Amino acid sequence: MKKRIIALVLTAVMAASLVACGSTPASSSDNTQAPAASESSNTDNEATAEPLENVDGKILSVQVGPDPETIDPALNSAVDGGNMILHNFECLLTVAQDGSLAPGQAETYDVTEDGLTWTFHLRDGLKWSDGSDLTANDFVYSWRRVCDPNTAAPYAETVLGMVEGFDEAINGNLEALGVTALDDKTLEVKLANVCPYFGSLAAFATLSPVQSATIEANGDAWAIDPSTYVSNGPFYVSEWVPGSYILMKKNPYYWNKDAIKLGGIMWNLIEDSNAAYSAYQTGDVLMIKDVPTEEIPSLVGNSEFSIEPIIGTYYVSVNTSKAPFDNSLLRQALSLAIDREYVAGTIMQGTYTAATNFMGPGWSDPKGGDFLENANGGKPYIDNSDYDANLAKAKELLAEAGYPDGEGLPTLTYTTNDAGYHKAVAEYLQQAWAEIGITLEVNVVEWASFTPMRRSGDYEIARNGWVGDYADPSNMIELLYSSNGNNDGKYNNPEFDAAIDVSRTTLDTTERSAALHQAEDILMADAGCIPVAYYSDFWLQSPKITGSWHSAYGYWYFMFADIAD
Amino acid sequence: MAKYILKRVLLAILTIWAVATLTFFLMNAVPGGPFLSEKAISPAATKALEAKYGLDKPLSQQYLTYMTDALHGDFGDSLKQRGRTVIGIITMKFPVSARVGGISVLVSLIVGVVLGCVAALKQGKFMDGLISVISTLGIAVPGFVICTLLMYLFGVKLRWLPTLGLTSPKHYIMPVAALSFYPTAYIMRLMRSSMLDALGQDYMRTAKAKGLSGKKQLFKHALRNAILPVVTYVGPLLAYTVTGSFVVEKIFTIPGLGGEFIGAISGRDYTLIMGTTIFLATLIVVMNVIVDIVYKIIDPRIKLK
Repeated sequence: MKKRIIALVLTAVMAASLVACGSTPASSSDNTQAPAASESSNTDNEATAEPLENVDGKILSVQVGPDPETIDPALNSAVDGGNMILHNFECLLTVAQDGSLAPGQAETYDVTEDGLTWTFHLRDGLKWSDGSDLTANDFVYSWRRVCDPNTAAPYAETVLGMVEGFDEAINGNLEALGVTALDDKTLEVKLANVCPYFGSLAAFATLSPVQSATIEANGDAWAIDPSTYVSNGPFYVSEWVPGSYILMKKNPYYWNKDAIKLGGIMWNLIEDSNAAYSAYQTGDVLMIKDVPTEEIPSLVGNSEFSIEPIIGTYYVSVNTSKAPFDNSLLRQALSLAIDREYVAGTIMQGTYTAATNFMGPGWSDPKGGDFLENANGGKPYIDNSDYDANLAKAKELLAEAGYPDGEGLPTLTYTTNDAGYHKAVAEYLQQAWAEIGITLEVNVVEWASFTPMRRSGDYEIARNGWVGDYADPSNMIELLYSSNGNNDGKYNNPEFDAAIDVSRTTLDTTERSAALHQAEDILMADAGCIPVAYYSDFWLQSPKITGSWHSAYGYWYFMFADIAD
Repeated sequence: MAKYILKRVLLAILTIWAVATLTFFLMNAVPGGPFLSEKAISPAATKALEAKYGLDKPLSQQYLTYMTDALHGDFGDSLKQRGRTVIGIITMKFPVSARVGGISVLVSLIVGVVLGCVAALKQGKFMDGLISVISTLGIAVPGFVICTLLMYLFGVKLRWLPTLGLTSPKHYIMPVAALSFYPTAYIMRLMRSSMLDALGQDYMRTAKAKGLSGKKQLFKHALRNAILPVVTYVGPLLAYTVTGSFVVEKIFTIPGLGGEFIGAISGRDYTLIMGTTIFLATLIVVMNVIVDIVYKIIDPRIKLK
């Protein structure tokens, strides 16, 4: 009898034991240590402003994405991670609400006439979130760390490639990098090539200052534990439960702390858009980025639902290294046969806008003003207003290319991964190109396989897209430069390359602007790639949030926000 | 018994080794890699990353290094979640999944066995029909539909239950319910049919003829035999459930291990794929050994050799 009871109970115990072994709340054990640890490490700081534990005020609860892979400024390359870093760190310069550069940790900066030496003058009394002093040497350390091959920072070349000694630094000789602290408050940067937009890079999250003490003590793990994640921005990380939430609190050592009204920000790491939408409806979260696409039609027109453009273009890469795609006429025909208004307005539910150019809204013209407005003499490259005329033209071009009504063309393949509207766009292209007699096969590939496939040129036609890192047009137009690592279409046009080369070397802004516009003219005339739509961000936000804004780079700025009662 | 267990443990080690080896070479055969993003990382940075994690070495050497380290308890660093170790991720997230999963298995076991028995005893009656409808539904309706329905009804419409995270006992109700639906339905069916089978056996007639009470007949003779298939099912079920469900965790924003399995694979986080796979394989193997031992205790006719 006993045995029997044991037997029955044992089955249950198997389950129970596992419940029990999980009963220590691991998820909360490492919480709330930041203030304590921060306090203990600032022993030599006499005038402790106020005990960090006492920082209170309203906590704003938002959702901008799931768990970030990393919140180490040097390692991050994702938008959601970047949004976190933006609230924890402040660079030499910052981007203001209107998109212009504003002073950050540096109060002023000057550039020599040859454009090669940039000197940044730091503010007085800058401090880390642990209360210790932040000096120009910290920037030297941080920027060298970005170059360090042991850090392997994905953005190293983008942000420091033009600095003197970069090539040596990236191979391990960090001292060679042309970044020097003249004194505690002055940072001098020597460039090897002119870079008129270096100011934008000085405001780029990868170049945030990071504290050497915590990194040397903790290695890569410094950025996963709130107690060692020392920062210098408006907020510091107080708790991080991966997969659940990140809680940031106001940093009392931030120079501009008086401008901060919130006590903290709760970033809910919700992955599922329906879950995010539920949390928004229940009022648990006041702003969500991940809105379920099926809800969009019912939300359009709602004052809580916003759609704002971001600086980037959804485009189609055509593998120009393969026949028949080396034929520019064929590429132009493919491009003109797309009804972009329909794609953006109907297939993408109005969350994108139809693209007429490769370089969309938001890029700044080196000679001043908006790059888009000055492109092609102020006219769109592709006239979206008359689709029937475009279609007729496409048929003509196709015949001219030697394939009247698609005769003689094999079945073409369009490769994409399955996310967002990608599959719907692929199906549309199938339909649209059938109109001019082209048979298209759609090949859906898993994301991790798709990227290397596209990069190595192992495709015919593929989905592509780019969101700008900063507003200088070089950031996107150079994608089509023959040797660019992102030139997935293997586009190679010496004239285009020559125009880009001019834009890289000239100091004259008018000449530089003309060269960049010329490059886009060539690209569009040649259909080196096929722009489809301009990206937007869409999100739900409660009217209770005041003083926040959304930038053209896809970031939300909550640091100066408040919650109305 | 001791000899048997020793044999099983050796076999288990061999199984885990085979799983690890297969996984290692298969995941490396799949195209893609951990250091890819929409924007190309410069070749220098990619090279530096590969050197840092030893991915620049020949595959056979990588395999040997990995296995040697793993034997010493070092499962390496995650390639995507920089700064986190594989062990760190598993020890941080497994307890969360284990709590939700463990409770859910317990619930499914109790509800499933009881309702299954009731259905068998009331065969052909209204209760039987009702239970069979419920179990068919439970098996047919996919988990994400149940999650979404629960969340919409109790979270958004009625606002009875919280939808985010796991911060109070109330937070457990919906995820546990969602996770228990399928196994409960399955156990119910399993229990019903094996109970019916047991009730028709000769020894039941003998028991009845001996004049045993209905309770004794049921618990001492019928249930003991009828529960065997359920035990077989519960072992692996437990291993799968306590390691977390991707869908349930995603929808209820639970920081569990389930999401890591999927995330590791789609992100080609090689070390994390290995770590989570070895962990799951070990759990399954251990559960199977336990099931065998439980079998022996329940049914003395079974000889463990």
